[in-house]
Amino acid sequence: MVTDPVLLQAAAELFPNGISRYAVGGLLVGLGTVLIYIGTGISAGASTFLESTLSYVSNRSRFQQYVGSRDWRLVFTAGIILGALAFAATFQSGVVTSSLYKPGTTGQLYEVAGVTLWMTDVQPWRLFVGGILVGIGTRIGKGCTSGHGVCGVGSASKTSLVGVLTFLTVAIGTAQVVAALGVSP
Amino acid sequence: MSDRHPLFKPLIFVGGIVFGFGLGFSHMARPEVVLNFLQFDDLGLPFVMFGAAIVSGVAFALLPRIRDAAPLTGDPYERRLKPFDRNVLVGGAVFGVGWGLSGICPGAAYASLGVGNITILWALAGMFLGAYAQGYWRSRTRSGDTGVTGAD
Repeated sequence: MVTDPVLLQAAAELFPNGISRYAVGGLLVGLGTVLIYIGTGISAGASTFLESTLSYVSNRSRFQQYVGSRDWRLVFTAGIILGALAFAATFQSGVVTSSLYKPGTTGQLYEVAGVTLWMTDVQPWRLFVGGILVGIGTRIGKGCTSGHGVCGVGSASKTSLVGVLTFLTVAIGTAQVVAALGVSP
Repeated sequence: MSDRHPLFKPLIFVGGIVFGFGLGFSHMARPEVVLNFLQFDDLGLPFVMFGAAIVSGVAFALLPRIRDAAPLTGDPYERRLKPFDRNVLVGGAVFGVGWGLSGICPGAAYASLGVGNITILWALAGMFLGAYAQGYWRSRTRSGDTGVTGAD
């Protein structure tokens, strides 16, 4: 155990919300990936859903190549949304508490039918413009934080390690510049 | 596909639920928390990504030693590595700018909708628009080789 007060203070500054909610959340994300992999042999990423779903409405070859997986990817995404809702109905609503879960102070909470829901304060134009770039970049770059970051790094893929290093570095630079320009939230 | 095992989709669904619950629990469904990491105000995010990568890494390494093929698909447990080329860098950089600007990535955006964040529809609309734009452009410049370039 770390008991040095200087180290404790440094840890409190670097990790103002502790690390358990991050680590436990990460283990669950990994567990979800593993469940699917054990049963199907598929290492599922989240961003292919964007293109596979577009195959329902566009005949372009880029989208049609995913016709075979578009149904289960829709199911995967529906699961992600419902899983997050289950989190909202339990921990976010305070119905279930744990020493491993620290509630946040970001954004706005509101209630619908007894469930505490959450809304971001980040400006819509940032989400929209950022979303466009995420849509382009993840598909050209062959993966996102789950496909490269979780599955790719998990299988020690050099391509994915380079991909993660690239988007992580650029994202840090971008966020720092945007913050320095005074854009908040 | 119609010839898939009846438990195929239910398992994908359950996996998605655990995955989405984890994204909510870890606060990755909140763009603010991701931005706080990128601005070095809260360094928790790597515990999510690498925590998940370690768990899946253990399974990816162990399963091929335990059995040959996945029960629901008959597909072999193998590493399907994506080939490296310039696109990984270019796409990664474009994704990085978008992630750094918005604090949201695809899986977290789906989860964000689940925790009640209706505003995230802006990001989802943007993602579909961006994915469509690159697909439109790349289908045109590579017309003729339909379906042979499985990126993943």
